[in-house]
Amino acid sequence: MAEANTPRLRNRPLSPHLQIYRLPLTMMMSGFHRISGAGLYFGILLVAWWLVAVAVGPNAYATVELFMSSLIGRALLLGYTWALIHHALGGIRHLIWDIGYGFEPAEREILAIATLVGSIGLTLVLWGIGYLAIGGPR
Amino acid sequence: MSAASKQKFRTPLRGVHGLGAGHSGTGHFWHQRVTSVALISLTAIFVVIVVALLGRNHAEVKQILGSPLVAILMLLFIGTSIYHMWLGMQEIIVDYVHQDLLKLYLVMSNTFFCIFVGVTCGFAILKLSFGV
Repeated sequence: MAEANTPRLRNRPLSPHLQIYRLPLTMMMSGFHRISGAGLYFGILLVAWWLVAVAVGPNAYATVELFMSSLIGRALLLGYTWALIHHALGGIRHLIWDIGYGFEPAEREILAIATLVGSIGLTLVLWGIGYLAIGGPR
Repeated sequence: MSAASKQKFRTPLRGVHGLGAGHSGTGHFWHQRVTSVALISLTAIFVVIVVALLGRNHAEVKQILGSPLVAILMLLFIGTSIYHMWLGMQEIIVDYVHQDLLKLYLVMSNTFFCIFVGVTCGFAILKLSFGV
């Protein structure tokens, strides 16, 4: 294109693309839903490891406990907790849409914010209860 | 190809089956929804079980996880989750992978992974419950 080399038109995006326009919250939430689902797919390995360790015996269980209380273990558990709750709440949002409600712009926005606030809030509440159950961060 | 010439190749049987181009109709979609409805309560139950087990020693955890009601609920949570994530990952794969052989490999790996993890979890829970 000859005109693309003129100073006025150079370096302009041809159409709004992912990197160019501000992501709407609902679109980000759509991505989060899939990413959290994929995270849970591999996260179930933690559940499997935990269950197998309980079945194998005290030594194997102690290893899991040691790993889960390490910094990496805690980060993985925190991520798993958030992904689980976020995906569950996001799933409820999808089910609401599936039965035909919540399609108005304001409703979509409220649902997206509620999912995000709910998942972060519930994760914090659960970790608070968790730390109470084991008597504070160890 | 015009609509008329397309219809020539489509037998009435296709319409009766109503399964569309994927040959499986809306089964995938529907199973995803049914498992997601079940998982709302099962996930809440799973979270309650895990929180109840926090800070307990191995003997207590073993006893609680192996008790009939907890074991049944855990088996339901694991089984439903595995089926749900098998469907979900397959959807992710067919959305993003367009190379036939790689797609075949990943879709199969998904199945093997899900069955392996599911059987492992199920075996562990049953072992705790039956105490062998």
